[in-house]
Order: sequence, then C-alpha cells, then structure tokens
Amino acid sequence: MLLLFVAFTLWPMVASWWYSFFDWDGVGPATDWVGFGNFAEVLQSGAFWHAFGNSFLFSLVAIFVEMPLALLVAILLNSQRLRGRNLYRLFLFLPVVTTTAVIGIVFAIMLDPAGGFVNGLLTSVGLVDAPITFLSESYALPTVMAVDVWKGFGITLIYWLAALQTVPDDLYEAAKIDGANGRQTLRHITLPVIAPIGVVILLLTFQKSMNPFDLVQAMTEGGPNHATDVVATYIYRYAFDPYLNAPRYGFACAAGVVFGAITLVMTALQGPLLRRQYLKGSR
Amino acid sequence: MRRLNLWHLLLVPLCLVWIYPFVWMVSTAFKSEREVFLGGLSVLPDEWTFDNFVRAWDTAHFGAYLSNTIVFSVTTVLIVLLVSATAGYALGRGSLPGKKVIVGLLIATMFIPHGYTIIPIFKLVDGLGLNNGLLGAVLATAGPAHVVPILLFMGYFAGMPQELEDAARIDGASYPRTFFSIMLPLAKPVIGTVALFNFMAAWNAFFIPLVFTLGRPDLRTLGVGMYSFFGSEATDWGGLAAGATISLLPIIAIFLFLQRTFVEGIAGAVKS
Repeated sequence: MLLLFVAFTLWPMVASWWYSFFDWDGVGPATDWVGFGNFAEVLQSGAFWHAFGNSFLFSLVAIFVEMPLALLVAILLNSQRLRGRNLYRLFLFLPVVTTTAVIGIVFAIMLDPAGGFVNGLLTSVGLVDAPITFLSESYALPTVMAVDVWKGFGITLIYWLAALQTVPDDLYEAAKIDGANGRQTLRHITLPVIAPIGVVILLLTFQKSMNPFDLVQAMTEGGPNHATDVVATYIYRYAFDPYLNAPRYGFACAAGVVFGAITLVMTALQGPLLRRQYLKGSR
Repeated sequence: MRRLNLWHLLLVPLCLVWIYPFVWMVSTAFKSEREVFLGGLSVLPDEWTFDNFVRAWDTAHFGAYLSNTIVFSVTTVLIVLLVSATAGYALGRGSLPGKKVIVGLLIATMFIPHGYTIIPIFKLVDGLGLNNGLLGAVLATAGPAHVVPILLFMGYFAGMPQELEDAARIDGASYPRTFFSIMLPLAKPVIGTVALFNFMAAWNAFFIPLVFTLGRPDLRTLGVGMYSFFGSEATDWGGLAAGATISLLPIIAIFLFLQRTFVEGIAGAVKS
C-alpha cells in the first residue's frame, strides 16, 4: 500500500515539478533542461490564462448560482409537509450518477441548431424565430456551464439537505412559540445553524468545479476556437492530442503545476474562513 | 398549506428539465432513423425499432465497450478495496511506527490539487509496459491513494474490540488470517459503501480510460466509446442515443436499487 501511495500519489506530484523544467516530448528520458523556460511560456501564454479564466468561471457559477439555488430547493424539500419530496429529490439527483462524457454528448445533440430537440421546441412554441446556435463561439461557454450546473446540482442539494437535517427540532418549536414567521425562522434559526457546514460545502463545491474536463471535452473539446477551453483540456491538448506531432509533456506539466499552485492558494485562502466557522460551530 | 402547494409550480418544471434529457435519450433510441431525422417532438416513437441498438451494439462496438467497462470497474473496485482495507487495518489497529505521519500525509494530499499529475502516472504505467491496456487504466485509477476509503476503514477497524483479535491469536490464527477471516467480514458496511462509490466513479471515468486507450480503440470503455462514436458519426443520432442508453441504464439501475446507501454516503461526507 505504501508502495502504491509513493508510486501513484507522491511520485507523480514530485515528477510533475521535475518534468516541467524540461523540453520533453516523452520519448526517452527527459534531458533537454530548459530551467524555468516552460513556466515563463505558460505565464506569458494568453491561451493559458484564457483557459484559466474559464476554469475559474466554472467555479464562480458553481458557487454563486448552483449553491444558492440548491439551498433554496433544499429548504423547500426539507419541509415535511411537501408532498412528493422524495420523488423530487430522486429526479434532481439522477444526473449525478450518470457518466458526464455521455451526458455531454446527449446535450450536444439535443441543443443542435439543425433539428435538435430544444430548438425544435423553442421554435414550435414561437419563443424564437431562428434556431439558437447553442454551441457557437459566443454561446458555447454559458451553455456548457448550464449543463455543468444541471449535472452537479443534485449533489449540492444532498449536501444542503444533510446540513438542514442537523438543525434541532426544538429550535423550530421554540421559534414557533415565540411567534416567528417562516421567513424569520429561516433568517435567524436555519441559516446561522447551517452556516458552518455551508463552508464545508463551499470547499467541496469549489474543488469539484475546477475540473470540468469530461463535460467540456465531450461537448466542445474546448472549442469552437478555444471559447470553452479550460485548463484541463488545455493540458490534454499539449500532452495527448492524437493530432499533435510531438507531445510537449514538459510544457503540459508546467501548466499543471502553475494551475495546481494557484488552486492550492485559493483553497488555502478559504482555510481561515473554514476554521473560524468551525470554531463558531463548536462553541 | 396553500403556499406550500404553490411551490409545486416551481418544482415540477424544474424536475422536468432535470429528467427530460433521459426521457429524450430513451425515446430517440427507439425511433426510426427517418423519424429522428424529421425531428419530431413527440415522446413516443411512431414506430418502435431496435435498429439503433443493433447498430450501436455491433457496428459501434458498444457490446465490447460494455464488457470493457465492467472489467475495468470491477477490477478497480477490487484493488481499491484490498488496498484501502489493508491500509485501514494497519493504521487503525496496532502501533505501526510513524502512523501519525502517514495519516497526516494522507489527509494533506486530499487538499493538494491533483488530476494534473496524469503525465507522470502515464509515464509510470507506460514504463511498466502496461500502456494501451485496461490493466494500465485500472492501475492509474486505483493506484493513487483513496484517502476517504482508507479513513473509513481505519475508523471502523479502530472501533472493534481488542478481544476479537486476542481470541483469534489464541486460536492460532496468523496476522493475515485474522484480517481476512475475522476482521474483513465484519467490515461489510464499509466495504459496501466503498465498493458502491468506487464502482460508480470507475463506471463514469473518462479522462484516464481515454488517455490509456488512445492506441487501442478496442479497449475503450463506454464513456470513451461514446466520445469517439460522436467524433466519427456525429449525425447518427438514433445510434448515439442507443449507445448513451446502453452506457447509462446499468448505472442508473444500480443507483435506483441502492439509493439509500448513496444518499447517506454523500450526506455523511459533509457531516463528518
């Protein structure tokens, strides 16, 4: 087990750093030392920062759209009196268990401008005159992000539902006796109690959302014209693209290291927030 | 009460958007090529046909992809179970030297972003001569430490009474024997959770199988097969829908059967 851990977890991390100092196409040992050349190239590459920006946008959408929306639905589904809540939960969770790459392709077909289901529906009810080119350069990014939210929504929902379960019933009863209405209860009881877990959910959502490789690769391969490129597809292109004559492993590693370092810093920035909430929660 | 019912007006359309893609997928898979081409909006096919499934299964090799995926997922789960159970046992019981350091290191790797270490892993598996094989993909998936399963096993084994181990030793059981015939069978709940989640993750894996089967199209898993099918036959919507149905139905069925374990497992991740 220790052998596996060293070979597949520690070694790859160290090796990524090591390879990133070489101009290396993966054939034979890495010998062509270029120092920080790859890093300089990554940092100066507009395409890399563009991909990075897109990855970051995916996170922002997950945090500022998916999380609040899931919380709202979770509050609704948490109400004991709501009929069919288990069925709703099941339906909203279903996409989570399915294969992202397959889902991406199903959506690509449904959103096709020529005869796809969504455009067929929109034109037949008269909402749009001409079919929307969902996966064109200008609309592809929001489209893929929307599918990403669709796919990940259920898991965030379950997180919030679990958080809501931790609110003790007697708090609600006390609030009722004190004559608080629904909104006041939510504002002063529910939200403060679940806030510490909310920070954990934030962290989990952030980590999950930074890597939308499967979906992007399946739907658009980062295109058209790199409009939906994220860091993972960017790295994939430099290292594994079958149409590439010589892979650039060293450069791809450097891009991975830069991205890894920045995400680590961003995760670490959430650390103090996490600790403060944790302390608050345990008090 | 009345206000509560109004919320159904929001929830019903929302759920419709969430499950309609699956409905569309299955319905398109049963439609004739002509009907798909004409792009009708009806849910039920005018005439039901299995042609799409036959085409996906034979011509597009989804039959082979399905068995590849099963082999890939089952092997991955077995390795993850074996590794994380033994590791969890070693860390959870007895006084392994440097135990705290190892646990600390494991938890630390959870927070360091990975997934960008695919190139060294690829070169490592390649160096073992296992590139372009399912075993290579299995190793690349199962090899990296699965921290959460290890911690789960560790916690479970740590909570077992010491008397069990002592009794086994008095009866003359060796250390491995104690583990495999006494402790492991008792850890069934953890085994179930770990197996389920890793099976799902392996079934849905895309990046690693993609990278490791670039040179061997016959070894593609369902997700990768679907991707290349779309790349080569982007207009065969009926066939694609059938392929997607073949890929997703097994995992959806498993989920529906074991819903409780799923939801509880995920909810547990937040609470602890």
